[in-house]
Amino acid sequence: MERFRMELESRSKNEEFARVVVAVFISRLDPTLEELNDVKTAVSEAVTNAEIHGYQGAEGIIQVEVEIEGRELTVKIRDKGIGISNVEEARQPMFTTDKSGERSGMGFSFMEAFMDQVTVESSPGQGTLVVMKKKIGR
Amino acid sequence: MTEQTFTYEARGQVLVIHLPKELDHHNCRNLRYETDLLFSENYINKVVFDFSKTQFMDSSGIGVLLNRYKQMAGSGGKVTLYGVNAQVGRVLAIGGIHRLMEHFDSKEAAIAG
Repeated sequence: MERFRMELESRSKNEEFARVVVAVFISRLDPTLEELNDVKTAVSEAVTNAEIHGYQGAEGIIQVEVEIEGRELTVKIRDKGIGISNVEEARQPMFTTDKSGERSGMGFSFMEAFMDQVTVESSPGQGTLVVMKKKIGR
Repeated sequence: MTEQTFTYEARGQVLVIHLPKELDHHNCRNLRYETDLLFSENYINKVVFDFSKTQFMDSSGIGVLLNRYKQMAGSGGKVTLYGVNAQVGRVLAIGGIHRLMEHFDSKEAAIAG
């Protein structure tokens, strides 16, 4: 197994940094451009959620962990923010707590669409862990 | 540091919005404020999004497109797109945008369409 872990400050400019670093790491699996973009999109969604929902735009640390086992990729995004009281509701397409109207509420739907498997562990005050798996090169 | 993320071009009642290379939450932060200002000062009945420089987009981009669509639909206006690449096209399809906004190959076609 190959793995790496990094910690990022919760800031919007780190969304791009996170997805690009993960993309560079998984390039050793020789993914197609589409697979690479799928993973980048899913990482971007999870990191953006951690920042704007988990930490509500305030300071915090987002942990990104990536494992490669054979062709199986696992990406874990963890925050120690406010957590999600009802994970099932949060995962519904178009569900959002945003009042501005600028957020689509499609973050979890996108993670599910672009990865093979997405699990979410969260409880109020404890933060959130999103684990996403995808087989690269089928 | 404060480089402009979006550039705007007015063509009569059409507003063309040139999108950045990476259309994520970070880059979308100012769009609402900027477009609200433009809508309040000009009569706009069509918004054209230029994706020709956009290489990456996530659901933050979908939120921005949907909100502009709602604003335009509310006043009988329209939203069109052009210059969409494969990655962006997939994201637009999954986000359900294909049904709401017509895609064109060129800017002129998107303005006329």
